[in-house]
Amino acid sequence: MTTPPSQLIWRRFCQHRLAVVSAVTLILLVFISSGAPLWVSVFDLDGQTVDLFNRFQPVSAAHPLGTDELGRDVLARLIEGGRVSLFVGLIAALFASVIGTTIGLMSGYFGGRIDMVIMRFTDGVISLPLLPLLIVLAAIDLSKLGLPNAIANSENASLYRISIIVALAGWTTVARLVRAETLALRERTFVKAAQAQGATSGRIMRVHILPNLAASIIVATTLSAGNIILLESVLSFLGLGIQPPVTSWGNLLTNAQELIWDSPRLAFYPGALIFLTVIAFNFLGDGLRDAIDPKALTSDK
Amino acid sequence: MSRFVFNRALQSALVLLVMSFVIYGLMCLMPGDPIDLMITSDPKITTEDAARLRALYGLDTPITERYWHWLMGALSGNFGYSRMFAQPVFQIIWPALGNTAILLGLSFVLALVIALPLGALAAIRPYSKLDYSINLFLFAGISVPPFWLALLLITLFSVVFGILPAGGTAQAAGVDEFWESAKYLILPIASLTIASIGGHARYMRASMIETLRHYFIRTARAKGLSPWQVITGHALRNALIPVVTVIALDFGFLFSGALVTETIFAYPGMGKLIFDAIMGNDYNLALITLLFATALTLLGNFMADLAYNTLDPRLSFKDMDA
Repeated sequence: MTTPPSQLIWRRFCQHRLAVVSAVTLILLVFISSGAPLWVSVFDLDGQTVDLFNRFQPVSAAHPLGTDELGRDVLARLIEGGRVSLFVGLIAALFASVIGTTIGLMSGYFGGRIDMVIMRFTDGVISLPLLPLLIVLAAIDLSKLGLPNAIANSENASLYRISIIVALAGWTTVARLVRAETLALRERTFVKAAQAQGATSGRIMRVHILPNLAASIIVATTLSAGNIILLESVLSFLGLGIQPPVTSWGNLLTNAQELIWDSPRLAFYPGALIFLTVIAFNFLGDGLRDAIDPKALTSDK
Repeated sequence: MSRFVFNRALQSALVLLVMSFVIYGLMCLMPGDPIDLMITSDPKITTEDAARLRALYGLDTPITERYWHWLMGALSGNFGYSRMFAQPVFQIIWPALGNTAILLGLSFVLALVIALPLGALAAIRPYSKLDYSINLFLFAGISVPPFWLALLLITLFSVVFGILPAGGTAQAAGVDEFWESAKYLILPIASLTIASIGGHARYMRASMIETLRHYFIRTARAKGLSPWQVITGHALRNALIPVVTVIALDFGFLFSGALVTETIFAYPGMGKLIFDAIMGNDYNLALITLLFATALTLLGNFMADLAYNTLDPRLSFKDMDA
């Protein structure tokens, strides 16, 4: 009796201990931070109330990680920030993966001149000094683009804007991988058969090629999720991403530099959480790649 | 050869032209315009005055017309004035460029000196304990938020030990003794170096593993060379070819790193200049500094292409012309 491939993949994945630990860590992080409103009521954690008599409090029973420069509970703010950071990270990664898959699929399937133009464009985007350009994108006035004021200046606008901006920088990894795989799949017999039966290009890409790409897309998305979260945190740290009063791990660090002489602890926690999340995504992606494509074990890791 | 160089140069120039339009367009989408800024500094300006000024400065004309005007000026060497510094843009750029060159150059060399041997070492016995621990370190390197790393370094060396300055430059602090002024560079260089080691070393490791599987390595081993001779004499050079290109292509990434590092350490380089110009609504300065950064990146990529073709004898320039 042969083992189905999904079980083989699962077994190989479980051998990659770091990847398993990372997956568990990420699930825990998502679980804890998505329940932010719940913890506020259950454990009486409140990251909003300002209490100027209790600034820079050390660790205590009431404040498990102490308080910040305005006397707000640090743990509650970290959980709240995690909800936003992880949400933006995942949405942007998903968005980047959709753009990347579409572009890569087109490029690989049609080949020829289209492929050349698209790949030149992708190389161009990769080689640009992205961060300065993203800062400009984050600084532009949305109402000048014709968006109504109510939307352009609403509290959530910064959330969606940053997701889109970061995705614009993050799609290239997925696009290159999908293109390479599509180039190989295009020559396979089942694609030729579909072409001979008169299937349209769109149908072949959707029905015959895309399902075969699923594994690689998942790996590439996981790997780029780490980078995307990193980029979001950099922009928020510089004051261009998520805007207060909405909290994110990145913007929790914006003030940390000025406060570093008073309370170095405040600079430590949010960064440590970003680090933990990003490294977990990277290990998870690495483990998934090894599990899905055993050949990769012997080449690039 | 010359045709390849010409083609690539033409391509880069074209990309730069397109980018200049894109960046110009983005500048127009920034909050406010130069007249708004005048109004805030002079409350006596009436609405009619503002409209007249807008017409005078050509701000009421369509963007394509304004861009054309700017482009013609720029091509004839007129890049305009910076609002924040009240100086011609280029007079501000040169010193900043020098500072960034020192910062990037030193950390680039340092990162390579550490990363290349580290990657090669990990590749000699893939999936051994040594490889595993090096990999763990490299993964940490690519996952750490660069600004957080900088903050940790400041906390450790400036706040706790108090041995290194937390930011600024020697000129600003009025120090001119060489070793004292070098102190100001240690933390920025360290954080930039650590941030790039992970990526470089992982490229090196992957390329080295790939190279060690070739037949010529087997031949070298079979004729009785020591493992050390095989690595240094045969594998290393071949493994370096793709790595050099990839690293040279990372120039844009390096520039992004410089922006974060310079902003945190208040180091007066190009990165901080770009950031301050965008934040301070200094449209002219932001436009030129961004274009300058793009041009430098394109130049870096161009050199990477040339280096790749010179280093790899299997590729001839004739093939690249196609």
